[in-house]
Amino acid sequence: MINEILRNFFRFIFLMLIQILVLNNFQVSGYLNPFLYILFVLMLPFETPSALLMLLGLVTGLTIDMFMDTMGLHAAATVFLAFMRPKVLKLISPREGYEFGTQPTLHHLGPKWYFSYAGILVILHHFALFYLEIFRFDEFWRTFLRVILSSGFTFSLIIITQFLFYRSRNKA
Amino acid sequence: MRNLFAFIWRNYEYFLFLILEVGCFFLLFQNNNFHKAAYITSANRVAGQVYQGMSQVGQYFRLKNANEALANENAMLHNMLKDSYMDLKVRDSLIKDTLLRQQYHYTSARVINNSVNRRNNYLTIDRGRLQGIKPETAVICSNGIVGIVKDVSDNFSSILCLLHKDARISVKIKHTNFFGSLVWEGGDYRYATLNDIPVNVELAKGDTIQTNAYSTLFPEGVMAGVIESFELKPGKNFYVIRVKLSTDFKNLSYVYVIDNLMKEEQQKLEMRSQND
Repeated sequence: MINEILRNFFRFIFLMLIQILVLNNFQVSGYLNPFLYILFVLMLPFETPSALLMLLGLVTGLTIDMFMDTMGLHAAATVFLAFMRPKVLKLISPREGYEFGTQPTLHHLGPKWYFSYAGILVILHHFALFYLEIFRFDEFWRTFLRVILSSGFTFSLIIITQFLFYRSRNKA
Repeated sequence: MRNLFAFIWRNYEYFLFLILEVGCFFLLFQNNNFHKAAYITSANRVAGQVYQGMSQVGQYFRLKNANEALANENAMLHNMLKDSYMDLKVRDSLIKDTLLRQQYHYTSARVINNSVNRRNNYLTIDRGRLQGIKPETAVICSNGIVGIVKDVSDNFSSILCLLHKDARISVKIKHTNFFGSLVWEGGDYRYATLNDIPVNVELAKGDTIQTNAYSTLFPEGVMAGVIESFELKPGKNFYVIRVKLSTDFKNLSYVYVIDNLMKEEQQKLEMRSQND
């Protein structure tokens, strides 16, 4: 249990540093903004109570907001993500349910499950984020394009991270 | 009453979700008002330290460009010095210095965090309240306008960049004096849009756009950019002008914060006239 908390804590610090020091400086065009930090919420254990999930989402979002000067924007989107996570998990649950003590990773539940899990949640989060950021409808299609392109980018980064860091544990 | 509590308890996640989102929205919209909440911005101490450490590394890679810009600016200032003009006038009276009063005060600052790829972009600089920076003052660089100071902490300030949906800067076309507001509509960080110029004005590609004297923040005549193209939609009375910005927002390292020392006097007077 303590081990699990520590592991998530370090993952939080690591993802925040990657997001703030590396990915926020990725300035190719206004249409590609990767937000890998949401992987923290995606990787919390299955049995996390939904209240704790939302509070952790709030903390994650506020930390990013502090560094990006977007007070409340990422917090709102990440709380929404944390709220939707149990619902998406329920929607795409395997027939025999989730094994106790496993984590939502690519290698525990297979690529097909993981692609739909990460894909749905990334798109939901980015939708909320980009439309809240602009908060009007007169740039609707341009914002839509940003959502789609950025979601694709974040999604690819999440999949790459899964292959980089969670391969060896699966073999053991 | 017990039923009510039972109802809330059964659906606690929905209620918690609502409460948290209302809190976030409160922060979001309060933040849109100018300089009200400076607690969770990159002007705070933790974020400021992280960004400063990061920029100290990145600074080395930009030294060459920074030197070049400084050298150019030095040359320009040398040109403006009295020493570089030949004095042809016969001195027949003393010039009293007390006739001139300083209106603008410049403070130089280093950019320690910057972005161009979001819809709403902010900068952070390494000067703050202790160095005399005040909210709602203008920020320029040697090439052109940058933005407006939004929040200040003791040693850092965060700046609302021209590349922000709420930034509207009053500018004019240099050779005609017609004025309009410069806004950024997202997308490419090198171009902004100028609206409100009526159809009877003659425009040409390459015309200079600069700040006008009506703004209480910017001094008159700060370069904003040049006209890249302009079009007139059928049935409209105003041009839509695409402006190539003279500031390279991706490559900012040193900026100047300009404090208009007579701003309050002017605003007070204008307020009084409006109230009458």
